[in-house]
Amino acid sequence: MKKSAVAEYGISKKEMKMGQGIFVITEQREGAFRKVSYEALSEGRRLADVKKCGLTAIIAGPGAEKMAPTLEKYGPDKVLVADDPLLTEYTTDAYTDVVAGAVKAQNPELVIIGASILGKDLSARLAARLDAGLAMDCVAIRVENSEFIFTRPMYGGKILSDVKIDGTPKMVAIRPNVFTISETPRSVVLEKITVSAGQARTNVVERKLESADKIELTEADIIVSGGRGTGGNFTHIEELSKILGAAVGASRTAVDEGWRRHSDQVGQTGKVVSPTLYIACGISGAIQHLAGMSTSKFIVAINKDPEAPIFQKADYGVVGDLFQVLPAIIDEVKKLK
Amino acid sequence: MDIVVLVKQVPDTESLIQIAGDGVSIKTDDLKWVINPYDEFAVEEALRIREAQGGTVTILSMGPAKTVEAIRTALAMGADKGIHINDPIAEGSDSLGISKLLAAVLKKIPFDLIIAGMRAVDGDNYQVASAVAEFLGIPQITQVTKQEITGKKIRLNQVVEGGVAVIEADLPVLFTAQRGLNEPRYASLPGIMKAKKKPLEIKTVGDLGVDAGQVGVKNRKVKIAALKLPPTRKSVMMIKGEDPAALAANLVHKLHEEAKVI
Repeated sequence: MKKSAVAEYGISKKEMKMGQGIFVITEQREGAFRKVSYEALSEGRRLADVKKCGLTAIIAGPGAEKMAPTLEKYGPDKVLVADDPLLTEYTTDAYTDVVAGAVKAQNPELVIIGASILGKDLSARLAARLDAGLAMDCVAIRVENSEFIFTRPMYGGKILSDVKIDGTPKMVAIRPNVFTISETPRSVVLEKITVSAGQARTNVVERKLESADKIELTEADIIVSGGRGTGGNFTHIEELSKILGAAVGASRTAVDEGWRRHSDQVGQTGKVVSPTLYIACGISGAIQHLAGMSTSKFIVAINKDPEAPIFQKADYGVVGDLFQVLPAIIDEVKKLK
Repeated sequence: MDIVVLVKQVPDTESLIQIAGDGVSIKTDDLKWVINPYDEFAVEEALRIREAQGGTVTILSMGPAKTVEAIRTALAMGADKGIHINDPIAEGSDSLGISKLLAAVLKKIPFDLIIAGMRAVDGDNYQVASAVAEFLGIPQITQVTKQEITGKKIRLNQVVEGGVAVIEADLPVLFTAQRGLNEPRYASLPGIMKAKKKPLEIKTVGDLGVDAGQVGVKNRKVKIAALKLPPTRKSVMMIKGEDPAALAANLVHKLHEEAKVI
């Protein structure tokens, strides 16, 4: 733009350099996208329509090109594929190099990534590399006066914070299971990008994965959780989870007592979850536990103590002995199937 | 083995958090302040490594004057010395600003290993440790539940969705502590007495040579526009029923017909 135009429209040189468009970083493992990648793309499409700008997605890893058609129905205008053996295992170094290079080349206004464990690892490193503001673990994004406003929980969800980000690119990592997936198919331009990943300084020597059918807490639609009231007996909770296709969660007490693994803990010092249905069994409802599950769509509390604080946060409450109520619930659910 | 642990002082997780009158900060008067729980795992792991291999454990923290309590607690657990970045200019910095200051300290001191909590339970940003690693140009391994050092090599278990990745790297690295790494010790009474005499340096933004235009509340890239309380739920519907079978039938009916979630 000529100097006169800069003066005439009052557009600063800084603004001229501002990025445009929306850029989504997808996450895949062994040829399958994480669900949060579809959530990120759907939200990216929605925002691109509001801002009337383009939507670009990147897939990194071997087989990326073959996976690209899967993304078409979620509405990207362009898909970048970085298909390279260097990216076989996720390493912060290699992925940051590749994605940072692609973001710089595209110069987007907004970068969206899923706040999975690896998404958090990558986005934090990438934000520092790009000197970009990053709104982590967002639960809502809106546009006001053409400005993005990101809503993110703080203090484990006790507070919601609306934040704006200065400069571009702006980065947002979205909490899994919160944003709606919508299908808006379109024809997609595919672009291969050359990988310029330096040598990764960390080496993944082994992956120990639990059984493939175990549902990850942060991605589960239904969670059945147990606390002190179980006395360590999770038999009924596991059975109910199985018929509902749910994941099993636990309170801090249940983990501290050694009844469940650390990776099952829901709360401010555990996992923060947002399922459609959260069934809390024998959990009193300590503030730090509530912080980890209060964004669930429906909460059911089953507790012997009618005064338990969990009932104040629940949609449906059952006062009763979980060892009697759960087997009866299991019978009822079986009738539905 | 020179180890630096990044520590943050945060409100206790059992605290009730209330929004202050300005609408963009929280009321701090009645809060109980503690070491970030994930940072306690980091301190504990550093102490165990030093006990096995020798060396030093330095606690590095940024925050207002009261932050010194968190540093002293870590010293009472057994750390050797503390460095406290305390400067009103830096107050209210965002993750990038804080990371630049922490990295500036680390560029001037020797270290083989940096350990931090995987996140601070106040801002829930998951960012500072990774940004510090980036600014120092060293590898990061986040959410670690186990580590083993042999010579100049470190082997770590990193939590990933659905399991664990075993990762190897050469020191120096930065890793972040996830629950499961260890059970932090309590500070002993003699430990608390000794901590009072351990060295604690105070640094200002000027001391660190960081541009004041990169830090502080005015230079945040992520600007808080408003804080609000999460939406309240409609009051709970207590399920009625004479016996467990009736309770269960009524609950499942509600979930199936009304909420339509099963």
